[in-house]
Amino acid sequence: MPDAPGLELIAQELNDAHSDAVLGTYHEHGEACLIVDPAQVLEVLGWLRDTPGQEYRFLSSLHGVDYLPAEPRFGVVYELLNMPRIERLRVRAAIADPGPDGLPELPSCVELFPTAEFQEREAYDFFGIVFSGHPDMRRILMPEEYVGWPQRRDFPIGGEPVIFTHNERETPRWYE
Amino acid sequence: MEVKREKVRALSPLDQPKTPEELRVRQMRARDLLRGDLDGDELEKHVTDSLLMTTLEKALDWGRANAVFPATFGLACCAIEMMSIVSPRYDIARFGAEAMRASPRQADLLILSGRVSIKMAPVVRRLYDQMLEPKWVIAMGACSSSAGMFANYAVVQGADKFMPVDLHVPGCPPRPEALLYGFNKLQRLIVGNPEPGWRKRYNAEGTEEWAREDVIVDQPSEASLATYGRARDVAKAAPVGEGS
Repeated sequence: MPDAPGLELIAQELNDAHSDAVLGTYHEHGEACLIVDPAQVLEVLGWLRDTPGQEYRFLSSLHGVDYLPAEPRFGVVYELLNMPRIERLRVRAAIADPGPDGLPELPSCVELFPTAEFQEREAYDFFGIVFSGHPDMRRILMPEEYVGWPQRRDFPIGGEPVIFTHNERETPRWYE
Repeated sequence: MEVKREKVRALSPLDQPKTPEELRVRQMRARDLLRGDLDGDELEKHVTDSLLMTTLEKALDWGRANAVFPATFGLACCAIEMMSIVSPRYDIARFGAEAMRASPRQADLLILSGRVSIKMAPVVRRLYDQMLEPKWVIAMGACSSSAGMFANYAVVQGADKFMPVDLHVPGCPPRPEALLYGFNKLQRLIVGNPEPGWRKRYNAEGTEEWAREDVIVDQPSEASLATYGRARDVAKAAPVGEGS
């Protein structure tokens, strides 16, 4: 785990290599996180993977997040791991909500980390985040013909109303 | 020959030979019958001793109820409890249902052991449709009966939304004893309700695919197609490696 000064060093070097790629950093609970510009996320991941001294060669997880009602609403989090040093680094890209008609977009990192293929499909399946350049952008867990992005915070939970004693008066003649 | 119909006491101690001599007498009587030497009262006694009168339907239902072939089929965590009913501790072989069949074509009992997700529902329904009549279904546990704790977007709210269920076993998960008790109830159902087809049992005649007026075409909806088209267009627009 890079400590807080180490994280600032990484951010500084990244900003020198790709201008304004890093928008912020935070270091909490011993975990380091870079908040990056979504347009340059591929450059950042590639730099972290290939630069001597960094070499975060393993993408241990990729997931989508919905921060509603915060702005920007969506986020994609990359958990990088350097196996020889056992160091983890989190990279977070925040994407604005394009409105009800559009889908948030982010460049796909399958070319850098092949393991991202299924995980990007999962993020697409549950949050509707489209990864441009992904070889096979389909749903992975929900049925193909499913409509909606079920893990978004404004998606209805689903299920059926259950009658308890506190709400049975609201459903008249429920016992029939 | 006059046949008196009375309540059958098959294999009850009253009908068993009480002494070795009596057994010997019966054996000799049977030998004489085979040789054709038996007639009169002796013949009548032999027939009333050794015949069991019933109807063919009753005999058939008795056989069906005591030779159920469950499908080897588990959906979720309830399947762990379901597996243990074959173990010597619970032993469903006592009720003649130990032969788990690996194909729905050979099975006549489907135990829905666990939650049915909306992606699994068509598969389960197809399995059920592939089973031959007569067939029965036990919904085991809260999830397959009513979705239990999974009141969400991914789980069917009760398996009887898409297929006929004969028996619900409550519990989360039910103990193997509970499932065995449910199975015994099902055996009584089979004996007491000999109607073999599920459509007749549940007044669903006329819902066969060939009997329906409306033609169901299995097509993705407009909304689904639109979403997919958009996602594919975006994904194709930017080739891999060029960034955005």
